[in-house]
Amino acid sequence: MSGLFAHVVWGDVAIATRETLVMLAASLLLTILSGVPLGVLLFLTDRGQLAERAWLNRLAGSVVNVLRSIPFVILLIVMIPVTLRIVGTSLGVAGAIPPLVVAAAPFYARLVEQALRDVPRTTIEAAQAMGATRWQIVTKALLPEALPGLVSGATVTAVALVSFTAMAGVVGAGGLGDLAIRYGYQRFQTDVMLVTVVLMVVLVQLIQYGGDQLARRLDHR
Amino acid sequence: MIVLEQVSKRFADGTVALDAISLTIPRGAVFGIIGRSGAGKSTLLRLFNGLERPSAGVVRVDGQSLEATGAAGLRAVRRRVGMIFQSFGLLANRTLAGNVALPLELAGVSTVERRARVAELLERVGLADKAGVYPAHLSGGQRQRIGIARALASRPDVLLCDEATSALDPETTRAVLTLLGDLNRELGLTIVLITHEMSVVRAVCTQVAVLDRGRVVESGTVDAVLGGARHAATLALLGDAA
Repeated sequence: MSGLFAHVVWGDVAIATRETLVMLAASLLLTILSGVPLGVLLFLTDRGQLAERAWLNRLAGSVVNVLRSIPFVILLIVMIPVTLRIVGTSLGVAGAIPPLVVAAAPFYARLVEQALRDVPRTTIEAAQAMGATRWQIVTKALLPEALPGLVSGATVTAVALVSFTAMAGVVGAGGLGDLAIRYGYQRFQTDVMLVTVVLMVVLVQLIQYGGDQLARRLDHR
Repeated sequence: MIVLEQVSKRFADGTVALDAISLTIPRGAVFGIIGRSGAGKSTLLRLFNGLERPSAGVVRVDGQSLEATGAAGLRAVRRRVGMIFQSFGLLANRTLAGNVALPLELAGVSTVERRARVAELLERVGLADKAGVYPAHLSGGQRQRIGIARALASRPDVLLCDEATSALDPETTRAVLTLLGDLNRELGLTIVLITHEMSVVRAVCTQVAVLDRGRVVESGTVDAVLGGARHAATLALLGDAA
């Protein structure tokens, strides 16, 4: 069998693409759900903020820094016992999601913290002066005003997650990265490698474009 | 009526921002607090709605001590004390109507009631046709009008103005000060404003206190203080205006 894409089994590529998209969507959703509260905590407990708590800020900051400094390949392996506990398997798409979230959530939390810092001080003060509770300040003023920044941060995080999902292929997570490693790399099938890489490039471009558009539409500053 | 009794504010780094200030702001007054930058004006103004807490002394709003009341009590006081800012403090991602509605949303006012009140307030500040516009598309004067409408939404008795006209050109400043004067007469609204410009005091205030390095050095009716000014800080501020 000859031809440009002789080794490429398109059915497998389709399955792998779907696996990558599922991993990405599920881990991004869980990353946002955990990263936003963590980012709010980092912001509010900092010096001079609404819920200043030095010890809590240091604790949360240290946890975030430690998780962010572990290389993802190591995290994948270290987390296997935990992953087994949570989803019952360390393999496949389900097995990849816990390490993906643990790697991405602290990263996103820092971006959330930064987006909240960009909300002008007077805006927070104005909400306080209206008689807002702390919860109302967060939900009615801080998060809505930071929304474009939160979306930009989620876009950056999603792009990082695409490359993380590829690495998760190392431990048998499935997806495009898995295909690239097992066929493209280990069996020297360069055409398979090319197809998977092109698909991932397209995926990243789409994420970045969509995220930029959404952030721009939400930003009224 | 707002009363300050021997109020001091010392920051964590040891600097004394306010030193044993006693002040009475009568109901219905337009009370100016004037001083150079760094005199402690902003800190003083923020004591009136508990955004700053004093290190010593008592702040009373209508007889109620802000120090003795809890978090819920303080929020209740804040609904009766509106505030506007030099940089406006509008929410960029809310329309003008959304900004004016915010204090009502926070207080749990129903949607129907909210809509009526917002329309009424936008009408009052002359921006009824811009309800769906975002603040970025407004001039400074228009933004401050929205700030005023928002501060009035919960029908406060007092309006605190934090250098409210300092970012505006002279003509716009006059228009905003005229609006404040009108609101004072129409609603019996007590207004406390801080400024570094004597012209603002002259234009709208009935009473004035001069703040210098954390102390009130002169206070009384505008005519009395400006006419018989003796303290160097007051004379310097008068000199700037001349």
